[in-house]
Amino acid sequence: MENRAIFSGKLLAFLLVAPQLAVSLIFFYWPAAQAVWQSFLVQDAFGLSTEFVWFENYVELLKTPEYYHAVGVTFLFSTLVVVFSLAIGLLLAVMANRNIRGVQIYRTFLIIPYAVAPAVASVLFIFMFQPGLGMFARALQRWGIDWNPVLNGTHAMTLVIIVAVWNQISYNFLFFLAGLQSIPKSVIEAAAIDGARPMRRFWTIVFPLLSPTTFFLIVVNITYAFFNTLGIIDTATGGGPNGATQTLVYKVFQDGKVGSDLGGSAAQSVILMVIVVILTAVQFRYVEKKVHY
Amino acid sequence: MVFRGFSAAAAGAISLAFAASPAFAVTEIQWWHAMTGPNNDVVVKLANDFNASQSEYKIVPSFKGSYADTLNAGIAAFRAGNAPGIMQVFEVGTATMMAAKGAVKPVFELMKEQGEKFDPQAYLPAITGYYSTSKGEMLSFPFNSSSMVMWVNLDALKAAGIAEPPKTWPEVFADAKKLHATSPTCGFSSSWVTWGFIEQFSAWHNIPIGSKANGLDGFDTVLSFNNPLETKLLENLIELQKDKSYDYSGRTNTGEGRFTSGECPLYMTSSAFYPNVKANAKFSYTAVPMPYFPDVNGAPQNSIIGGASLWVMAGQKPEEYRGIAKFFTFLSDTDRQVYLHEVSGYLPITKAAYEKTKESGFYDKNPILEVPLKELTNKTPTENSRGLRFGGMVQMRDVWSEEIEAALAGKKSAKEALDAAVSRGNQMLRQFERTAAK
Repeated sequence: MENRAIFSGKLLAFLLVAPQLAVSLIFFYWPAAQAVWQSFLVQDAFGLSTEFVWFENYVELLKTPEYYHAVGVTFLFSTLVVVFSLAIGLLLAVMANRNIRGVQIYRTFLIIPYAVAPAVASVLFIFMFQPGLGMFARALQRWGIDWNPVLNGTHAMTLVIIVAVWNQISYNFLFFLAGLQSIPKSVIEAAAIDGARPMRRFWTIVFPLLSPTTFFLIVVNITYAFFNTLGIIDTATGGGPNGATQTLVYKVFQDGKVGSDLGGSAAQSVILMVIVVILTAVQFRYVEKKVHY
Repeated sequence: MVFRGFSAAAAGAISLAFAASPAFAVTEIQWWHAMTGPNNDVVVKLANDFNASQSEYKIVPSFKGSYADTLNAGIAAFRAGNAPGIMQVFEVGTATMMAAKGAVKPVFELMKEQGEKFDPQAYLPAITGYYSTSKGEMLSFPFNSSSMVMWVNLDALKAAGIAEPPKTWPEVFADAKKLHATSPTCGFSSSWVTWGFIEQFSAWHNIPIGSKANGLDGFDTVLSFNNPLETKLLENLIELQKDKSYDYSGRTNTGEGRFTSGECPLYMTSSAFYPNVKANAKFSYTAVPMPYFPDVNGAPQNSIIGGASLWVMAGQKPEEYRGIAKFFTFLSDTDRQVYLHEVSGYLPITKAAYEKTKESGFYDKNPILEVPLKELTNKTPTENSRGLRFGGMVQMRDVWSEEIEAALAGKKSAKEALDAAVSRGNQMLRQFERTAAK
């Protein structure tokens, strides 16, 4: 009774969630609201003149063909990055999950790339794929491939996808490995006794049991491909050639930071935010139904 | 123990810091810059020399990243009411800075207010023109300037049977094709594609990039470089790109290694590439002026600069302004300019410094360093060759590059690409004009 007099149930509950609420408000809702507000303004770089224009930034944006091109590039880029980084991460995890000699060493080496900053990874790959100088570029040229990412959009796209995938594989590997190790051995052994071959065991038992991990990784990887690849694209290709690697988030950065068009840039980030919210909602609504917890 | 040692050291450091500051107040002036490596040493040395030369002011240089990063850091600091006294801004940021009335303090105004001796005529017009109003009032103080030249691998030319470096565009095209036999992946290439092929090219041939004296006379400028001469240049490059007689090396200078490695025997880029070539080229080389089309009347005109200048930010204290004005006078000193020029390879900004270097016989030993100066002073600058001032130029270069890339990749014709570059650029100019006009 006394306790209830001091802490009403609601107050305590509120106090307990308050830190988390504060973090969300300060680091998510407040900047998001700022972006929405900024997207209704036309402003010079120094903030000396400001004009409220309602939806003009959005209208202008949707009139430019480059924007739609960037949408296409983003979906192509993200799909390929997610598919490849998940597939390779899973393959490596399955391999490293077996009882082989020195497995700890392999695992450690497979995790290390995640510690490399995206921009650094990018620079490493630029060196390797620099036409005329890089070892990979020269190997490709020797095989008769006219490797030229500064002018050939497909090559540039391939380059940024390779870097983005390489950078993300370790993360996926780590989660897949943990997922694999939590699958009870007895289930797999039972299947083996019943005569199921390794491939069959993988697809009918392991893969479904891994689905919570896979689902989580899909959500995380899509967010990664959409947002965190900015540094890679900036150092590797600068969005070029001719916009071939200009994703939506890179365009936000270009227009806002390089072009000092804060209003237009904010409008783009609001749209981007909406796209990602919808994508995530769709995943939770439809894809999650196939997940076995 | 560790902690006690640390706190003792900290206390010592603090007491030292107090002891070091003299009884009267020293005015500190923040100088934000984007210089790395040996150029950073030059900045630090200048600040140290100035600080040692007097005791009232202290210049504090701090590195803020790339040119774009430095500009953005300055903008953010201004918005937060905490701008540095001096900010180094690259040449293409000039319009952005100039439009920010109330955020910057024009240099000519500062010098007049502080009563520092300041004669705009003492400076090389091809350099200061870029940073001045059309009336010749200097808005920012030129710091590191360069121009574009063509670097030549003499050994490769000899091997291909070419007697001397090309002077005109038709000669460049012909030599690039000849070089194809010995340098199959790249006969001729270039860095800073829009700076070279649009900005410098237009000035060098005395044709406008846009109206209103390339934007120097007002933000209501309209681009017009989709002209027949520019189209002719791009068409030739597209043709040469097909078999890599010309090979594109990207928008910035990341491809410069292709010259020093010997892959591309002809390479157009900044004169500031010199220290790099000197350190890395294992063949005999030289630099020659940019090529021109001989059928264009009056060509070559004069080249324009690249590099950066120092802007003074508004809202500083009076004593800070006095210190900055004194620092600029210090920088303009003839002997200091001569020294800077010879050490760093930056161009001198005063006429006196250029003359003095010439008389000392320095260029007889280092003829390459005089090439950009000869280009810049080739003729009295016209309204097409004084410089350019387009709002949003940083991003505009990317937009122009995109279109040139599309043309070189065979996706657009030369004319289509230039038309698109002009119309997209004009859209950006109108957007800029709108925010700048108020």
